[in-house]
Amino acid sequence: MHAVALYIAQTLALIRKELLALLKDPSSRALLFAPALIQSLLFGYGATYDLTHAPYAVLDLSRGETSREILARLDGTGVFKRVATLGSTSQIAAQIDSGDALLVVVFPPDFESRLAGGSQAPMQVILDGRNSATAGAASAQVAAIVAAYNQSLGTTSPLTIVRRAWFNPNYESRWNLMPAMIASLSMLQTLMIAALSVAREREQGTFDQLLVTPLRPSQILIGKALPAILIGLLQSTIIFLIILFWFGIPMSGSVWLLYLGLLTFTTASVGIGLSISAVSLTMQQAMLYTFMLIMPLMLLSGLLTPVRNMPWVLQIATYANPLRFGIDTARRVYLEGATFGDVAPNFIPLLAVGAVTLPLAAWLFRHRLG
Amino acid sequence: MSRSAAASRLTALARKETRQMLRDRSNLIVGILLPVVMILLFGYGLSFDVTDARVAVVMEESSAASVNAVAGLIGSEYLTPIWTHSMVDAEALIRSGAADAILRVPADFTRNVVSGAGELQLILNGVDSNTAQAIEGYANSAVMTALAHRADQGIPATSAAGIEIVQRLWFNEANDSTWFLVPGLIVLVMTLIGAFLTSLLIAREWERGTLESLFVTPARPMEMVLAKLAPYLVVGAIDLGLCLLAARFLFDVPMRGSFWIITVSSMLYLLVSLALGLVISGVTRNQFAASQMALLASFMPAMMLSGFVFDLRNVPVAIQVVSRVLPATHFMGLIKTLFMAGDYWPQILRANAALAIYAAILILLARRTLAKRLD
Repeated sequence: MHAVALYIAQTLALIRKELLALLKDPSSRALLFAPALIQSLLFGYGATYDLTHAPYAVLDLSRGETSREILARLDGTGVFKRVATLGSTSQIAAQIDSGDALLVVVFPPDFESRLAGGSQAPMQVILDGRNSATAGAASAQVAAIVAAYNQSLGTTSPLTIVRRAWFNPNYESRWNLMPAMIASLSMLQTLMIAALSVAREREQGTFDQLLVTPLRPSQILIGKALPAILIGLLQSTIIFLIILFWFGIPMSGSVWLLYLGLLTFTTASVGIGLSISAVSLTMQQAMLYTFMLIMPLMLLSGLLTPVRNMPWVLQIATYANPLRFGIDTARRVYLEGATFGDVAPNFIPLLAVGAVTLPLAAWLFRHRLG
Repeated sequence: MSRSAAASRLTALARKETRQMLRDRSNLIVGILLPVVMILLFGYGLSFDVTDARVAVVMEESSAASVNAVAGLIGSEYLTPIWTHSMVDAEALIRSGAADAILRVPADFTRNVVSGAGELQLILNGVDSNTAQAIEGYANSAVMTALAHRADQGIPATSAAGIEIVQRLWFNEANDSTWFLVPGLIVLVMTLIGAFLTSLLIAREWERGTLESLFVTPARPMEMVLAKLAPYLVVGAIDLGLCLLAARFLFDVPMRGSFWIITVSSMLYLLVSLALGLVISGVTRNQFAASQMALLASFMPAMMLSGFVFDLRNVPVAIQVVSRVLPATHFMGLIKTLFMAGDYWPQILRANAALAIYAAILILLARRTLAKRLD
């Protein structure tokens, strides 16, 4: 009994020391929490796939009733803004090249007469494909406007598709991205804190002193891991609160399940960080290895583009990436209201990564004496 | 005399920096290996092109008409059907993440088709709006194909005249997202070297006290800055070569602008990025703070706010202002144009002028942080 109490007391002392090392200096305190705040606001507004402003130019050679009507409908969306009215086809290239117009709409001279004659009239849409995601979104909106117009002409199709989108009815990309930030932004820094924690002591020579104290490797591990996990969860909380209250994205799932997922995810990340730290001799090495890892972890996580679009070799590689499952859990619990049963498979790779990296780090503490 | 002394000091300092860089293998790992990994991951790993969407199909009635309507959808090479028996099963597939969409053929489908108002229901998981919109697009075009097929059989598809959209996607005719992601990769790799390698340089010397020893030598601050930049410019040039080769031969991205303009602009941006790293390093004087600053002030914004994947046209004005301040934004727009559209001179001049101004300001700032002062 006494041994257990001692174990806990010693570990708590180490945790206290680690937290003091991280938080005692006001500027490093600011560095731990300000970035999460600023980045979640910046990216919340800046990281969007939603078309909100599509400048377009018009070349109307038909000068008829219908082209005017279509243009009025484009302007009516609030998304399309006319920036130029062209007089000839030779002016199209300059508009697109300069990026002044995302698209150019061309009505050929016989546009009106063809429609009046009861046949199909082509309307040309030229898009700037330099960002194919934006071009695709603009093209879909134009198509929807034209389809609605055709319908108003009494052109009915015997077959239509009625579409409904669940969980994110208006296709807002912010809804998809922000819950992913809860996991990814906090990982950036927790990984770094964990990676530097042992490396800093190695570089300063205090780690050897720690090793000759009565502390066991498991205590050192807990003492190093818990502060990093705590800071990671605090950062996640800051981002979570901003998403919920500032951006007002409705939370469908259970807060407890979200935090259970985040705790497992952060523990796995810290395990990776501590393993890096244990193999590094200097802070610089630890930082470089961390950078080395952060890139693939971010890219192969489904943060920017879905994992399912990757070739299968890379899809398999993502199973070793805690961020993939952290993001997936956060998104599905937050937006879809997923239950524990729905996201349970995500916990297996997360726990596996933690179960490998944490003991590995503890072992490396003693067996890597440079 | 003094000029040749300055030159020999500069070469001596540059040699010292080069040796320091080569001595630590982790520098070369980040300088050369990481860019190679990034090229492969970006080129193959990032894609907006949905090629394998799983659609749960619920047939509440089975008739020639319904089988026909669904056949068009299932025939699409981008959609994989999962046959289910009820909406309950299909919903479970969506919730567990095993399906991206549900296609439902309602029980009264055939009757409605005959009366000219057939409806198929498509339910999408809207969380990933890009994928959802892509599936919707595939579904719409499949239905159009089915209609055209009916028209071929003599059943009129539409009852009256209408507008037909003829679309052309300039610069990216294949509508392949790799084309716009790979040029952006060059920006990220150039940013990375500045952020992750040079940002630690001066901070390390402050921490180890070696900068104070340099202060008692005749070396001038400007010479120290230039000497520190030189070896990393070489590393960056190698990385640029790797990126260009990969873009051209591995990913078949067109290079429509002139090769030399691409190279010169990229080197100019590399200089900006390296100088920014030095400034961060000199201001923080601490490796931990420098690495955090570099990640948060240079790399993350270059990835998220420069127009790399998120089009700047869509962001609020305040964020656009922040973006415009980033040197990465100017280079991102330019490099995409150079690769995909060609030499568009107004942009080449504007962006390069902006980059040159940034480079000058940042190098002067880096020099200031190295002023021989002890405090």
